[in-house]
Amino acid sequence: MSILANKDTRLLVQGITGTEGLFHTEQMMLYKTNIVAGVTPGKGGDWVLNGKIPVFDSVQTAVEVTGANASVIFVPARFVGDAIFEAVDAAIPLIVCITEGTPVQDMMRVKQYLSGRNTRLIGPNCPGLLTPGETKIGIIPGNISIPGNIGVVSRSGTLTYEVLYALKENNMGVSTCIGIGGDPVKGMGFVETLELFEADANTDVIVMIGEIGGNDEEKAAEFISQHLTKPVVSFIAGFTAPPGKRMGHAGAIIEGKSGTAESKITALQSVGVKIARSPEEIPGLINL
Amino acid sequence: MKLQEYQSKVLFTMYNIPIPSGGVADNLQEVRQISSELGGKVIIKAQVLVGGRGKAGGVRIAKTIDEAVEFADQILKMEIKGLPVTKVLVEEAMSIEKEIYLSISSDRNSQKPILMASSAGGVDIEEVSRITPEKITKRIIDPLLGLRDYQLRDVAINIDLDRSYWQDFSEIVNNLWRVYVESDASLVEVNPLVLTPDGKLFALDAKIILDDNALFRHPNLVELRDKGEESNAELDGRKLGISFIRMNGNIGCLVNGAGLAMATMDIIKNMGGEPANFLDIGGGANADKVAESLRLILSDPNVKAILINVFGGITRCDEVAKGVVNACKMIHIDKPIVVRLVGTNDEEGLRILKGTKLTPAKSLTEAARIAVKQASEVQA
Repeated sequence: MSILANKDTRLLVQGITGTEGLFHTEQMMLYKTNIVAGVTPGKGGDWVLNGKIPVFDSVQTAVEVTGANASVIFVPARFVGDAIFEAVDAAIPLIVCITEGTPVQDMMRVKQYLSGRNTRLIGPNCPGLLTPGETKIGIIPGNISIPGNIGVVSRSGTLTYEVLYALKENNMGVSTCIGIGGDPVKGMGFVETLELFEADANTDVIVMIGEIGGNDEEKAAEFISQHLTKPVVSFIAGFTAPPGKRMGHAGAIIEGKSGTAESKITALQSVGVKIARSPEEIPGLINL
Repeated sequence: MKLQEYQSKVLFTMYNIPIPSGGVADNLQEVRQISSELGGKVIIKAQVLVGGRGKAGGVRIAKTIDEAVEFADQILKMEIKGLPVTKVLVEEAMSIEKEIYLSISSDRNSQKPILMASSAGGVDIEEVSRITPEKITKRIIDPLLGLRDYQLRDVAINIDLDRSYWQDFSEIVNNLWRVYVESDASLVEVNPLVLTPDGKLFALDAKIILDDNALFRHPNLVELRDKGEESNAELDGRKLGISFIRMNGNIGCLVNGAGLAMATMDIIKNMGGEPANFLDIGGGANADKVAESLRLILSDPNVKAILINVFGGITRCDEVAKGVVNACKMIHIDKPIVVRLVGTNDEEGLRILKGTKLTPAKSLTEAARIAVKQASEVQA
């Protein structure tokens, strides 16, 4: 899917000099992602990774000097809100936020601010996106997926990798994989991602990985029945999860009767989505 | 993180939200003292982090000081839904003209704060929502602009509140909004907000749930944490930096990643087994963390077998394998463990496991099948 990111995307890394930022910048560069700048307030003028990437004090300056048009955020949770506002104000069209643990009300304010603006946000608390063979923005390992025609969208991290790996083992490739993340208030959800996959000429089948909590999957089911022509295969994690407990992800919680795996599975099945009982079953269902 | 009623009421007082006079007590002397100060006609309320206190007999109205002490004595000996009552709130009993439900919470559906109010206060709001949803007024709050004055008037009209009380009501709701924002709450609820016969509004009950992700910026509120909210195992897990939730089965799980951990539990169930716990070890599964995690899993005597499932992306499978092998040397493990490793250096990882008592597996389904079989073979 070249709508969100491809080999020509010019990426900047917010929080580049932190441990996570530095490590993953190197991993992204090994995958040939086009990283043009880093931002760490106070470290402007430095270079990282053996002089390969310039560091700036602000996103605005980085954009003016390098023409960056996407950002990946690795800053600590307490700074995420401010980092996103900064990137939005610098008119960056795509922001991918990896950080876990951002206060919910910070994200509500961010989400309100994004409304009516031209920036797409993926995350927070997500592994990012991967267009195999072209680019990766985030932390999805590059070697577990090959280029192909399957679009993958997921709320999980390693469970997503599990699915990519299962597809690869069956020689099935991916157009783009988008990790939308495990937080309750976030940027792109399933509906926006499905919309992009439907419009993408390189995507023929869609795999959707959901989990307990919220009603994103139910909203997706409604969208699928009204607007989607491409087939969807889905795995929903958490049918053994006890109600009322947060299962790792801030957004993975059954509250009262809502957000159960059963309700999501029922909603998706009722609109023709094939449901896998494990990630390893997914390749077989695609082939049916 | 949940706050007790009495703690929530302290916050309310700081924000000028009127509450009944009273105090918290954990022994009968204090109950006697507070009841005397209040003239004997008091309400005794169990302080526990679960709903349904009233139905369980944890809320009693006393007519005299002696009755107050007697009721408090009974309540302090109770367990409500498994939680022991260690404190009671002793408050002046109030006359009630009207009961209002009022809350501000983080609404997942709209991704914004939502104000909810109802003239059907003092009852279970979930039931009202189910049976007479039209009685609940909802207003989405712009997270950047906050509550608008017209929204407050709108709500006051919808809950049939007389004009003469609109100003007091607005002040209370505005203050409630400030509590919600400034303490980073996910829920601030008053059920009921009562109107007394002499025209005053009071928050008779108070419930605050804080956003766990924001606790780092509220150290004063973190201090208020009630140990009863989480099990010891969950507390230990949090100290270790892992997510741990005890379940009822006999197959322990150790996984890297929350979604994958849930999926692992699901697949164990698919194979006919029952997971004993949810455990997300996060990134960096080194020997110490693995050992401590295994110790936590094994602290449950029901555990008969363990499934370790690690997908190595940045995490290297050979490092995980070494970690597991070392962990088994560090602590005594007498239950079968199946280790499923896939990803970076997985072949090397599985090679390291050869010759140990650990059963290697490459497929998750296969690993689950083995774990279920091993659990069923262990003598009780």
